[in-house]
Amino acid sequence: MAKVTAITEQLRSNQGRHSAAVGAMLILTFGLLKSVSAVPQPATANPPATLKDTGLYTDFGTLLVDPAHLTFAPQYPLWSDGATKRRWISLPPGKVIDGSDPEVWIFPVGTRFWKEFSFNGQRVETRYLERRADGSWLYAAYAWSPDGREAHLVPVRGKRGAYPLAGGRSHTIPGMTDCKACHQGGASEILGFSTLQLSSEPDPGSLHAELRPDPGVDLKYLVDRGLLVGLPKTLLETPPRVAAATATERAALGYMHGNCGHCHNDQGSLRNIGLFLRQGVKDAGQPAIDSTVNHPVKKPAPGQSPDAVLRVEPEHPERSGIMQRVGSRYPALQMPPLGTELVDDEAVALLYRWISETAPLRKEAHIEQKGR
Amino acid sequence: MRLALPLMLTIALLVPSIAPAQDTTSAQVKRGEYLVTVGGCHDCHTPWIIGSGGPEPDMKRALSGHPQDITITAPATVSPPWGGAMTPSSTGWSGPWGVSFSANLTPDPETGVLRDFTEQQFIQTMRTGRHQGQGRQILPPMPWPNYGQMTDDDLKAVFAYLRQIPPVKNKVPDPIPPKR
Repeated sequence: MAKVTAITEQLRSNQGRHSAAVGAMLILTFGLLKSVSAVPQPATANPPATLKDTGLYTDFGTLLVDPAHLTFAPQYPLWSDGATKRRWISLPPGKVIDGSDPEVWIFPVGTRFWKEFSFNGQRVETRYLERRADGSWLYAAYAWSPDGREAHLVPVRGKRGAYPLAGGRSHTIPGMTDCKACHQGGASEILGFSTLQLSSEPDPGSLHAELRPDPGVDLKYLVDRGLLVGLPKTLLETPPRVAAATATERAALGYMHGNCGHCHNDQGSLRNIGLFLRQGVKDAGQPAIDSTVNHPVKKPAPGQSPDAVLRVEPEHPERSGIMQRVGSRYPALQMPPLGTELVDDEAVALLYRWISETAPLRKEAHIEQKGR
Repeated sequence: MRLALPLMLTIALLVPSIAPAQDTTSAQVKRGEYLVTVGGCHDCHTPWIIGSGGPEPDMKRALSGHPQDITITAPATVSPPWGGAMTPSSTGWSGPWGVSFSANLTPDPETGVLRDFTEQQFIQTMRTGRHQGQGRQILPPMPWPNYGQMTDDDLKAVFAYLRQIPPVKNKVPDPIPPKR
């Protein structure tokens, strides 16, 4: 668009009118002929057969994690049936992350991520991502043996019954297509290691937030050690935060960023739904409010109550489409559609509170803003 | 008048590419029709009737899914060794997953399941077995793992074909969960 705008300006000037006109038409013509949307492709490389072979531990017998890896925690974690998580990143020696685009960090080839899932103190699975030489990410999940001594690669279709949960349900280790359904749903495949998630001023009201483990990896830590380069200075001087009228709203929007925004954003394949729950760090405004509050449900899901005509109906959480979907685990209705077997009751309570309070608080916020 | 030359140049560039584009589209639709036929899409997505020669797909309702006037309220009750059942229309299927109804694949703007799908989402749906590629699971017996092996070009051809078949207004019912 910038190119078209610039050419339009040039067309208005007296000089270079002909060449500009020809150039504009040619660019538009070729642009039209070449506009093809990208389709994510399946990875072809084979991951290691065991977790041990991925290099997470220096001593697998004692499960001593390589001290060169950095442990971290995002401020708005993904909820996975209440699993306790630990996460690590490994950068190749001498390589750094390019943060020039704070919305899409570029990780060097050879970057590795691990995320360990435990229930009641028992390790159940560890997920693994590795940046390949061709720029793609390798996906793998490893299931721990019941005695916690081994962790083997899970088949590409995943593994059901990995750990018993409440109500006769059980944790499912997702298959590769499900992993990619979330991780390839936006501009960046890395979801929990980003500008907002590692803000140096995390949200004190974030739901399910974990204490940042030592050494306290955040934006400042990464920049100070030269591991993250190119990040705009303003994001260090004014750490990014979710724009919200109240603390409750900040936590609610942050929760939806971490649990919904990887699919519901303005960059990925589902952008035509018009539900933008990912929080950007560059944009003004609040698309998550604009695309939910008083916004009609586009197409009711199977099992959705007919009185839920709005995604968020202020002061009426019981009639809000978002509440019905987050509060259900009927497969055709539930949100998120994968990755959980149980309803996140604390999230339901948070979103209920936010919607209940939304109308009066937002009016006050608007009045306050106008008065300035 | 000063823009006449660049306009003519642009048109000259576009015109030769428009005609082949139409041919390409037509060939793509024909390819899609072929794939839909040999891929067995009519087996479930077109209601079956008893014709003069026995059961056959009712092509007047081609690919319009489970008829909205065939009401089903609960999964079938079957005894071992049977594990499931289907309606005579071949559009309603009962099994351990509950009851699934084949979708209306026609471009009807009110009831066609693909009305909000982009081409990319259609491809991803076949690859992942999830609605619009990322949403709810598509239920059995839809053989998406097979169709997910098709090339992008083949899936694009199927999508192109489905977007131009005659629309049929038919609101397919929601699936029924399994008995607990």
